[in-house]
Amino acid sequence: MKAFITHQGLVAPMDRANVDTDLMIPKQFLKSIKRSGFGPNLFDELRYLDEGIPNADNSQRPLNPDFPLNMPRYQGASILLARENFGCGSSREHAAWAMDDFGFRAVIAPSFADIFRSNALKNGILPVTLSSEQVDELFEALYAEAGYSLTVDLQACTVSLPNDEAWSFEVDPFRRNCLLKGLDDIGITLERADAIKAFEVQHRNRFPWVFEDIAL
Amino acid sequence: MAKTLYDKLWDAHLVEQREDGTALIYIDRHLLHEVTSPQAFEGLAIAERGLWRRNANLAVPDHNVSTLKKEREAGLAALPDVVSRVQLQTLDDNCEAFDVVEIPLNDVRQGIVHVMGPEQGAVLPGMTVVCGDSHTSTHGAAGALAHGIGTSEVEHVLATQCLIQKKMRNFRVEVTGKLGAGVTAKDIALAIIGQIGTAGGTGFAIEFCGTAIRSLSMEGRMTLCNMAIEAGARCGLVAVDDVTLDYFRGKPMAPDGASWDAAEAWWRTLHSDDGAAFDRSIVIDGSAIEPHVTWGTSPEMVASVYGRVPTMADMPDETARIGLSRALEYMGLTEGMAISDIKPDAIFIGSCTNSRIEDLRAAAAVLKGRQVAPTIRKALVVPGSGLVKAQAEAEGLDRIFIDAGMEWREPGCSMCLAMNADRLLPGERCASTSNRNFEGRQGSGGRTHLVSPAMAAAAAVTGRFAAVSEATQDLGAGA
Ligand code: SF4
Repeated sequence: MKAFITHQGLVAPMDRANVDTDLMIPKQFLKSIKRSGFGPNLFDELRYLDEGIPNADNSQRPLNPDFPLNMPRYQGASILLARENFGCGSSREHAAWAMDDFGFRAVIAPSFADIFRSNALKNGILPVTLSSEQVDELFEALYAEAGYSLTVDLQACTVSLPNDEAWSFEVDPFRRNCLLKGLDDIGITLERADAIKAFEVQHRNRFPWVFEDIAL
Repeated sequence: MAKTLYDKLWDAHLVEQREDGTALIYIDRHLLHEVTSPQAFEGLAIAERGLWRRNANLAVPDHNVSTLKKEREAGLAALPDVVSRVQLQTLDDNCEAFDVVEIPLNDVRQGIVHVMGPEQGAVLPGMTVVCGDSHTSTHGAAGALAHGIGTSEVEHVLATQCLIQKKMRNFRVEVTGKLGAGVTAKDIALAIIGQIGTAGGTGFAIEFCGTAIRSLSMEGRMTLCNMAIEAGARCGLVAVDDVTLDYFRGKPMAPDGASWDAAEAWWRTLHSDDGAAFDRSIVIDGSAIEPHVTWGTSPEMVASVYGRVPTMADMPDETARIGLSRALEYMGLTEGMAISDIKPDAIFIGSCTNSRIEDLRAAAAVLKGRQVAPTIRKALVVPGSGLVKAQAEAEGLDRIFIDAGMEWREPGCSMCLAMNADRLLPGERCASTSNRNFEGRQGSGGRTHLVSPAMAAAAAVTGRFAAVSEATQDLGAGA
C-alpha cells in the first residue's frame, strides 16, 4: 500500500448525502477481474450522458457538463468534499479502487459508511471526518474560489485551510500507523501467526464441528 | 457480567485485543463468489501466499450468472457476455488452483451465496461468517456474527483466517406485539430503516428481539438481518431458539449425533443475558406496522402502502428538501401523491432478501388463479437456489407463476443488481423484493420500489401498489 503522510491538493465537490458505492462505480464495471482501470468510470452515471459499457473507449463518450468532475476548475482534483454517510451500500472495494485510480487521495465528509471507510483506508485513501458545520463552510469556500486547495496532514491529523486555519480530525491509531508507513495488513497479521495457531487449537477443541470437512 | 449476544460471539472469537483498540478476530466460515474474489486470489498469488485453512472457504457463482434455462444448460463456455464469462471462469480457475470447495454453476445446490450458505448448513449458529458482500449480515439470523467485507479483507481472511476489527457497539431493536395480516419481515425491516435512517446503525451490531421477531421463521429472520446493512449496521443478529435449531437440524454440513448435542449446548447460550447493557435501544410496536413500499432512491424513503409520498413541507431542512426533490425527479413521482397511485411496469421477485421458499409461497398465494395486469411489461420470479426452485416446483408454485404470466427463472442474483442480462430499461418502474432502491441499481435509469413478496404479487395483479387484501378480494381474501 502506498503511504499517506501529508497531501496537498485541489478540492472537488460531491454535494449530496448518502452517496452509495453503486453510484461510485456501477455494477457493469464489477465484471472486471482487475484492481485497476476503474478511474474513467468513477461516478459513471453522473459523469457521462450515455450508458457506460465495460471496455468502451471512455474518451469518446459525451460528458455531462454540469457534473463538477467535468468542469475545468476541478480538473486535477485529488480531495473530494462530500456530505453525510458517504460510501453507503455495497461492500465493493471497486469503489475505493476507482477513487484511487481517478487520483483521489482523501475524502472529507461529516460521516462515512463503515465498509467504505475500511476499504478506502486499505487503499491509501484517507477518509477525513469533520463536523457538518465545518463541511458546510468548506463547501461555501470551495464554490466561492476557483483553485481551492487543502492540505491534509495525517501526521498531525489536521486539515489546513488556505487562510492557515487548521482543523483537527480523528483517525483510528492502527489505521493511521498503517497509512503513515504504507504497511500491508496481511504482513502485520502474519507476524502473529503463532498466536493465531494457538487460538485455533483451543477453538477446535471447543467447537470441533466448525472444523469438519466441507467436501460436497 | 451480563453480556449481549454480540459480546458473546465476539469473545468466543477473539484471538487478541490490541492496545490501539483493534482486535484480531478468528473467522469460522468464509463464503466467496465471483465478483469480489478475483483480485484477492490474485493478491495471494503475487505474494506467494497460500490459504490458512482451506476448509473454511466455500465458493459459489451467483451475481453474474445467467438466469435463462437455455443459457445455463449450454454451460459457461456458451455464455454470450464475454466479460461475465471471464469472471465466472476465473472463480472456477481460482477455486481449482487454491483447492477451494466450489458449488458449480449447474449444481442443484448453487444459488445466491446468502441463500445457499444456511441451506447447506455451511453457516451455523455461533460462527463468525464473512463474505465479500455487504448482505452477509443475513446470516446473523442464525445467531452467527456475520458481516460483509471488502476484497482486501477477503484476501486477508484467505491468508490469515482472521480479520482486523474494532468492536462495534450494541444496538437493541425490540419489535413487540403481533404482526398484522399480510405484514412480513420485509415490512419490519423497512419500518425500522424508515425510523432510524440508512445511517442509523452505523458502527453498531443490531440485535433484533421481541415477540414479533420470535414469531418469525428462519426465512423471515434472514430477510430482516439481510436489511440490517441498509440501516448502516454491518451485522444484524437474532438470538438462537427452537426455530433456529429446527432449521439447522439435518442440514448437509450441520453436525449430527453427539457432535450436534455439543453444538446445541453452546448454541442454547446464544442470546443476550438479562440486564446486558446496550449502547442504544429502540422499541417498535409490531402490531402497528403496515405493509411498506419505498418511494425514493434510498431504503429510508419509505411509506405505508396506505400512505403518501411526503411533501416539501414535511422536510425538516434544506438538505432534506434537495434530497426529496432529487429523488422525486429520478423516480418520476410528485410530492404528496398516494402510494396506491404508483403503477409499476415490472415485477421482480427474488434476491437474497426474499427468494426463499416461504417468500415464493407468499407470492404464489396472491397470484394463484389470477393474472398479471396487462400494464406489467416484465415479471420475473428468480428462486434463491436450485433447492428452493426444486421445492417450489414440487409444490406446484412454478405453475402458479407461469399461469399468472410470470417468468420462472434459474437461481442467481439477477435483477437485484442487474449485472447479468436481467435489468430495467431507463424509466422503467419495478416492484422489487430486493434490498436496494439506489439510482440505477436494477438497470441504468431504472426505478425501484422495495416491497415484500406478497406486496410484489399484489402489485402484479392490480398493476399498482395495493394491499394484499385488495388484490385478492375478487376471489375472497387470501384465496
Ligand atoms: S441478491 Fe442482490 S443483494 Fe443479494 S447478494 Fe445478490 S446482488 Fe447482493
